[in-house]
Amino acid sequence: MTLTSLAFYLFATVAVASSFMVISSRNPVYSVLFLILTFFNAAGLFVLLGAEFLALILVVVYVGAVAVLFLFVVMMLDIDFAELSEGFLQYMPIGATVGLILLLELLLVFGASSTLIDTKPLPQATPDGMTNAEALGRVLYTDYIYFFQAAGAILLVAMIGAIVLTLVPSNNPKKQNIAAQTARTRDDAVETVDVEPGQGI
Amino acid sequence: MHDLLDSYYPILIFMGLSAVITAALLLVPALVAPSNPDPEKNAPYECGFEAFDDARMKFDVKFYLVAILFIIFDLEVAFLFPWAVAFGDVGLFGFWSMMFFLAVLTVGFAYEWRKGALDWD
Repeated sequence: MTLTSLAFYLFATVAVASSFMVISSRNPVYSVLFLILTFFNAAGLFVLLGAEFLALILVVVYVGAVAVLFLFVVMMLDIDFAELSEGFLQYMPIGATVGLILLLELLLVFGASSTLIDTKPLPQATPDGMTNAEALGRVLYTDYIYFFQAAGAILLVAMIGAIVLTLVPSNNPKKQNIAAQTARTRDDAVETVDVEPGQGI
Repeated sequence: MHDLLDSYYPILIFMGLSAVITAALLLVPALVAPSNPDPEKNAPYECGFEAFDDARMKFDVKFYLVAILFIIFDLEVAFLFPWAVAFGDVGLFGFWSMMFFLAVLTVGFAYEWRKGALDWD
Protein backbone atom coordinates (compact mmCIF):
# COMPACT_ATOMS: atom_id res chain seq x y z
CA MET A 1 0.00 0.00 0.00
CA THR A 2 2.76 2.43 0.86
CA LEU A 3 4.63 1.50 -2.30
CA THR A 4 1.48 2.16 -4.36
CA SER A 5 0.94 5.57 -2.82
CA LEU A 6 4.65 6.36 -3.16
CA ALA A 7 4.50 5.48 -6.86
CA PHE A 8 1.31 7.54 -7.22
CA TYR A 9 2.85 10.63 -5.68
CA LEU A 10 5.99 10.20 -7.79
CA PHE A 11 4.01 9.92 -11.06
CA ALA A 12 1.59 12.69 -10.13
CA THR A 13 4.32 15.11 -9.09
CA VAL A 14 6.40 14.54 -12.21
CA ALA A 15 3.26 14.77 -14.39
CA VAL A 16 2.23 18.12 -12.92
CA ALA A 17 5.77 19.49 -13.02
CA SER A 18 6.40 18.43 -16.61
CA SER A 19 3.03 19.73 -17.80
CA PHE A 20 3.92 23.04 -16.17
CA MET A 21 7.18 22.96 -18.13
CA VAL A 22 5.18 22.33 -21.34
CA ILE A 23 3.56 25.72 -21.07
CA SER A 24 6.50 27.59 -19.58
CA SER A 25 9.53 26.49 -21.60
CA ARG A 26 10.66 28.95 -24.25
CA ASN A 27 11.67 26.46 -26.92
CA PRO A 28 8.59 24.71 -28.40
CA VAL A 29 10.63 21.57 -29.10
CA TYR A 30 11.38 21.31 -25.38
CA SER A 31 7.65 21.74 -24.74
CA VAL A 32 6.92 18.68 -26.87
CA LEU A 33 9.60 16.68 -25.06
CA PHE A 34 8.09 17.62 -21.70
CA LEU A 35 4.69 16.62 -23.08
CA ILE A 36 6.15 13.17 -23.79
CA LEU A 37 7.29 12.98 -20.16
CA THR A 38 3.76 13.90 -19.08
CA PHE A 39 2.34 11.10 -21.24
CA PHE A 40 4.73 8.60 -19.64
CA ASN A 41 3.65 9.61 -16.17
CA ALA A 42 -0.02 9.43 -17.12
CA ALA A 43 0.71 5.88 -18.32
CA GLY A 44 2.18 5.13 -14.91
CA LEU A 45 -0.96 6.46 -13.23
CA PHE A 46 -3.10 4.22 -15.48
CA VAL A 47 -1.04 1.22 -14.40
CA LEU A 48 -1.68 2.12 -10.77
CA LEU A 49 -5.42 2.25 -11.52
CA GLY A 50 -5.26 -1.25 -13.01
CA ALA A 51 -5.85 -0.11 -16.61
CA GLU A 52 -2.76 -1.77 -18.03
CA PHE A 53 -3.92 -1.92 -21.64
CA LEU A 54 -4.76 1.77 -21.65
CA ALA A 55 -1.36 2.57 -20.14
CA LEU A 56 0.54 0.71 -22.84
CA ILE A 57 -1.65 2.14 -25.60
CA LEU A 58 -0.92 5.58 -24.20
CA VAL A 59 2.79 4.88 -24.54
CA VAL A 60 2.50 3.36 -28.01
CA VAL A 61 0.05 5.82 -29.56
CA TYR A 62 0.71 9.08 -27.75
CA VAL A 63 4.44 8.81 -27.14
CA GLY A 64 5.17 6.95 -30.35
CA ALA A 65 2.94 8.76 -32.77
CA VAL A 66 1.08 11.81 -31.48
CA ALA A 67 4.20 13.39 -29.99
CA VAL A 68 5.97 12.94 -33.32
CA LEU A 69 3.03 14.66 -35.02
CA PHE A 70 3.28 17.55 -32.56
CA LEU A 71 6.97 17.84 -33.36
CA PHE A 72 6.15 17.95 -37.07
CA VAL A 73 3.58 20.68 -36.46
CA VAL A 74 6.08 22.68 -34.40
CA MET A 75 8.67 22.30 -37.15
CA MET A 76 6.18 22.98 -39.95
CA LEU A 77 4.54 26.12 -38.67
CA ASP A 78 7.83 28.01 -38.38
CA ILE A 79 6.40 30.47 -35.87
CA ASP A 80 8.63 32.88 -34.02
CA PHE A 81 7.55 31.83 -30.54
CA ALA A 82 9.48 34.61 -28.81
CA GLU A 83 7.44 37.13 -30.80
CA LEU A 84 4.25 35.19 -30.12
CA SER A 85 4.65 35.33 -26.36
CA GLU A 86 5.29 39.08 -26.35
CA GLY A 87 1.68 39.93 -25.54
CA PHE A 88 1.80 37.70 -22.48
CA LEU A 89 1.42 40.50 -19.91
CA GLN A 90 -1.32 42.14 -21.95
CA TYR A 91 -3.47 38.99 -21.99
CA MET A 92 -2.56 37.81 -18.49
CA PRO A 93 -5.55 39.33 -16.62
CA ILE A 94 -8.08 37.54 -18.85
CA GLY A 95 -6.16 34.27 -18.76
CA ALA A 96 -5.73 34.46 -15.00
CA THR A 97 -9.49 35.10 -14.56
CA VAL A 98 -10.38 32.06 -16.68
CA GLY A 99 -7.86 29.94 -14.80
CA LEU A 100 -9.21 31.12 -11.45
CA ILE A 101 -12.81 30.27 -12.45
CA LEU A 102 -11.72 26.79 -13.56
CA LEU A 103 -9.84 26.29 -10.30
CA LEU A 104 -12.92 27.31 -8.28
CA GLU A 105 -15.07 24.91 -10.30
CA LEU A 106 -12.61 22.10 -9.68
CA LEU A 107 -12.58 22.87 -5.96
CA LEU A 108 -16.39 22.85 -5.88
CA VAL A 109 -16.57 19.53 -7.70
CA PHE A 110 -13.90 18.10 -5.45
CA GLY A 111 -15.69 19.28 -2.31
CA ALA A 112 -19.04 17.90 -3.49
CA SER A 113 -17.61 14.54 -4.55
CA SER A 114 -15.73 14.03 -1.30
CA THR A 115 -19.01 14.34 0.66
CA LEU A 116 -21.01 12.24 -1.82
CA ILE A 117 -18.88 9.21 -2.67
CA ASP A 118 -16.47 9.21 0.20
CA THR A 119 -17.66 5.92 1.67
CA LYS A 120 -17.76 3.90 -1.55
CA PRO A 121 -14.71 1.81 -2.45
CA LEU A 122 -12.90 2.45 -5.72
CA PRO A 123 -14.34 0.51 -8.66
CA GLN A 124 -12.00 -2.15 -9.94
CA ALA A 125 -10.73 -1.69 -13.48
CA THR A 126 -10.35 -5.42 -14.13
CA PRO A 127 -12.63 -8.17 -12.80
CA ASP A 128 -10.87 -10.90 -10.89
CA GLY A 129 -9.47 -13.84 -12.79
CA MET A 130 -8.87 -12.22 -16.17
CA THR A 131 -6.37 -9.87 -17.76
CA ASN A 132 -7.11 -6.25 -18.49
CA ALA A 133 -7.08 -6.66 -22.27
CA GLU A 134 -9.48 -9.62 -22.02
CA ALA A 135 -11.89 -7.63 -19.84
CA LEU A 136 -11.85 -4.83 -22.41
CA GLY A 137 -12.31 -7.19 -25.34
CA ARG A 138 -15.33 -8.89 -23.77
CA VAL A 139 -17.39 -5.69 -23.66
CA LEU A 140 -15.92 -3.36 -26.29
CA TYR A 141 -17.00 -5.21 -29.45
CA THR A 142 -20.42 -6.37 -28.31
CA ASP A 143 -21.88 -4.27 -25.49
CA TYR A 144 -20.33 -1.01 -26.71
CA ILE A 145 -20.55 -1.73 -30.45
CA TYR A 146 -21.92 1.73 -31.31
CA PHE A 147 -18.97 3.46 -29.69
CA PHE A 148 -16.63 1.03 -31.39
CA GLN A 149 -18.11 1.64 -34.84
CA ALA A 150 -18.16 5.38 -34.16
CA ALA A 151 -14.42 5.12 -33.47
CA GLY A 152 -14.02 3.45 -36.86
CA ALA A 153 -16.00 6.20 -38.56
CA ILE A 154 -13.92 8.89 -36.82
CA LEU A 155 -10.73 7.20 -38.00
CA LEU A 156 -12.10 7.10 -41.56
CA VAL A 157 -12.99 10.80 -41.43
CA ALA A 158 -9.53 11.60 -40.04
CA MET A 159 -7.88 9.66 -42.84
CA ILE A 160 -9.89 11.32 -45.60
CA GLY A 161 -9.53 14.74 -43.98
CA ALA A 162 -5.76 14.43 -43.70
CA ILE A 163 -5.51 13.40 -47.36
CA VAL A 164 -7.82 16.17 -48.59
CA LEU A 165 -6.04 18.84 -46.56
CA THR A 166 -2.41 17.92 -47.08
CA LEU A 167 -2.03 15.87 -50.26
CA VAL A 168 -0.29 17.91 -52.91
CA PRO A 169 -0.73 16.41 -56.39
CA SER A 170 2.70 15.44 -57.64
CA ASN A 171 4.07 16.89 -60.85
CA ASN A 172 7.33 15.03 -60.91
CA PRO A 173 8.31 14.38 -64.55
CA LYS A 174 10.53 11.45 -63.51
CA LYS A 175 7.64 9.57 -61.94
CA GLN A 176 7.32 5.99 -63.17
CA ASN A 177 4.02 4.45 -64.23
CA ILE A 178 5.01 0.83 -63.93
CA ALA A 179 1.69 -0.53 -65.25
CA ALA A 180 2.01 1.57 -68.41
CA GLN A 181 5.61 0.50 -68.81
CA THR A 182 4.90 -3.20 -68.62
CA ALA A 183 1.77 -2.93 -70.79
CA ARG A 184 3.81 -1.38 -73.59
CA THR A 185 4.33 -3.85 -76.45
CA ARG A 186 6.44 -3.87 -79.56
CA ASP A 187 3.43 -2.92 -81.68
CA ASP A 188 2.87 0.30 -79.69
CA ALA A 189 6.49 1.36 -79.85
CA VAL A 190 7.85 0.37 -83.24
CA GLU A 191 6.39 1.14 -86.61
CA THR A 192 7.81 0.23 -89.99
CA VAL A 193 7.29 2.96 -92.54
CA ASP A 194 7.90 2.47 -96.23
CA VAL A 195 9.55 5.72 -97.27
CA GLU A 196 9.67 6.63 -100.94
CA PRO A 197 13.05 8.05 -102.07
CA GLY A 198 13.13 11.87 -101.95
CA GLN A 199 9.81 12.32 -100.14
CA GLY A 200 10.46 12.02 -96.41
CA ILE A 201 7.86 11.03 -93.92
CA MET B 1 -4.63 -4.04 -6.80
CA HIS B 2 -1.72 -5.13 -4.67
CA ASP B 3 -0.42 -7.88 -6.90
CA LEU B 4 -0.63 -5.53 -9.88
CA LEU B 5 2.21 -3.43 -8.54
CA ASP B 6 4.11 -6.60 -7.75
CA SER B 7 4.16 -7.54 -11.42
CA TYR B 8 5.45 -4.07 -12.33
CA TYR B 9 8.02 -4.07 -9.53
CA PRO B 10 11.03 -4.60 -11.86
CA ILE B 11 9.99 -1.55 -13.87
CA LEU B 12 9.89 0.54 -10.71
CA ILE B 13 13.40 -0.66 -9.88
CA PHE B 14 14.53 0.24 -13.40
CA MET B 15 13.03 3.72 -13.04
CA GLY B 16 14.82 4.26 -9.74
CA LEU B 17 18.07 2.97 -11.22
CA SER B 18 17.80 5.23 -14.27
CA ALA B 19 17.09 8.22 -12.00
CA VAL B 20 20.24 7.46 -9.99
CA ILE B 21 22.38 7.03 -13.12
CA THR B 22 21.01 10.22 -14.67
CA ALA B 23 21.63 12.19 -11.49
CA ALA B 24 25.17 10.83 -11.30
CA LEU B 25 25.88 11.67 -14.95
CA LEU B 26 24.61 15.21 -14.39
CA LEU B 27 26.26 15.81 -11.04
CA VAL B 28 29.73 14.35 -11.57
CA PRO B 29 30.66 16.52 -14.62
CA ALA B 30 29.23 19.58 -12.88
CA LEU B 31 31.55 18.98 -9.94
CA VAL B 32 34.66 17.52 -11.60
CA ALA B 33 34.93 18.76 -15.20
CA PRO B 34 36.64 22.08 -15.94
CA SER B 35 34.15 24.80 -16.88
CA ASN B 36 35.31 27.62 -19.13
CA PRO B 37 32.18 29.03 -20.84
CA ASP B 38 32.43 31.21 -23.89
CA PRO B 39 29.58 32.36 -26.19
CA GLU B 40 31.63 31.39 -29.25
CA LYS B 41 31.58 27.77 -28.10
CA ASN B 42 27.81 27.66 -28.50
CA ALA B 43 27.77 29.49 -31.84
CA PRO B 44 26.96 27.45 -34.98
CA TYR B 45 29.99 26.77 -37.15
CA GLU B 46 29.41 27.19 -40.85
CA CYS B 47 32.78 26.86 -42.63
CA GLY B 48 34.23 29.91 -40.97
CA PHE B 49 31.64 32.56 -41.85
CA GLU B 50 28.55 33.75 -40.01
CA ALA B 51 25.48 31.50 -40.17
CA PHE B 52 23.11 32.56 -42.95
CA ASP B 53 19.80 31.74 -41.31
CA ASP B 54 18.08 29.60 -38.71
CA ALA B 55 18.90 25.91 -38.69
CA ARG B 56 15.22 25.11 -38.04
CA MET B 57 13.77 24.79 -41.51
CA LYS B 58 10.18 24.24 -42.51
CA PHE B 59 9.19 20.63 -42.98
CA ASP B 60 7.45 19.34 -46.04
CA VAL B 61 3.79 18.62 -45.29
CA LYS B 62 4.24 15.11 -46.74
CA PHE B 63 5.92 13.95 -43.53
CA TYR B 64 2.85 15.03 -41.60
CA LEU B 65 0.57 13.07 -43.91
CA VAL B 66 2.64 9.91 -43.50
CA ALA B 67 2.64 10.34 -39.71
CA ILE B 68 -1.12 10.86 -39.47
CA LEU B 69 -1.85 7.87 -41.70
CA PHE B 70 0.48 5.85 -39.48
CA ILE B 71 -1.43 6.90 -36.34
CA ILE B 72 -4.74 5.81 -37.83
CA PHE B 73 -3.53 2.32 -38.65
CA ASP B 74 -1.73 2.20 -35.30
CA LEU B 75 -5.07 2.75 -33.58
CA GLU B 76 -6.72 0.15 -35.79
CA VAL B 77 -4.16 -2.42 -34.64
CA ALA B 78 -4.62 -1.27 -31.04
CA PHE B 79 -8.31 -2.14 -31.34
CA LEU B 80 -7.39 -5.57 -32.68
CA PHE B 81 -5.44 -6.62 -29.58
CA PRO B 82 -8.27 -6.96 -27.00
CA TRP B 83 -10.42 -8.51 -29.71
CA ALA B 84 -7.80 -11.19 -30.33
CA VAL B 85 -7.43 -11.85 -26.60
CA ALA B 86 -11.20 -12.16 -26.02
CA PHE B 87 -11.90 -13.82 -29.37
CA GLY B 88 -13.34 -16.96 -27.80
CA ASP B 89 -15.82 -15.00 -25.70
CA VAL B 90 -17.18 -12.35 -28.10
CA GLY B 91 -18.82 -14.87 -30.40
CA LEU B 92 -20.06 -14.34 -33.94
CA PHE B 93 -21.47 -10.90 -33.17
CA GLY B 94 -18.12 -9.65 -31.94
CA PHE B 95 -16.43 -11.16 -34.98
CA TRP B 96 -18.69 -9.37 -37.46
CA SER B 97 -18.50 -6.18 -35.43
CA MET B 98 -14.73 -6.17 -35.93
CA MET B 99 -15.08 -7.15 -39.61
CA PHE B 100 -17.34 -4.13 -40.19
CA PHE B 101 -14.82 -1.89 -38.40
CA LEU B 102 -12.03 -3.23 -40.59
CA ALA B 103 -14.17 -2.80 -43.72
CA VAL B 104 -14.81 0.86 -42.89
CA LEU B 105 -11.08 1.45 -42.52
CA THR B 106 -10.37 -0.51 -45.70
CA VAL B 107 -12.56 1.99 -47.55
CA GLY B 108 -10.24 4.71 -46.29
CA PHE B 109 -7.22 2.64 -47.25
CA ALA B 110 -8.53 2.19 -50.80
CA TYR B 111 -9.21 5.93 -50.98
CA GLU B 112 -5.70 6.86 -49.92
CA TRP B 113 -4.20 4.34 -52.31
CA ARG B 114 -6.24 5.68 -55.24
CA LYS B 115 -5.41 9.27 -54.35
CA GLY B 116 -1.70 8.42 -54.34
CA ALA B 117 -1.15 9.37 -50.69
CA LEU B 118 1.11 6.33 -50.32
CA ASP B 119 3.43 7.45 -53.14
CA TRP B 120 6.27 9.62 -52.00
CA ASP B 121 6.64 11.57 -55.24
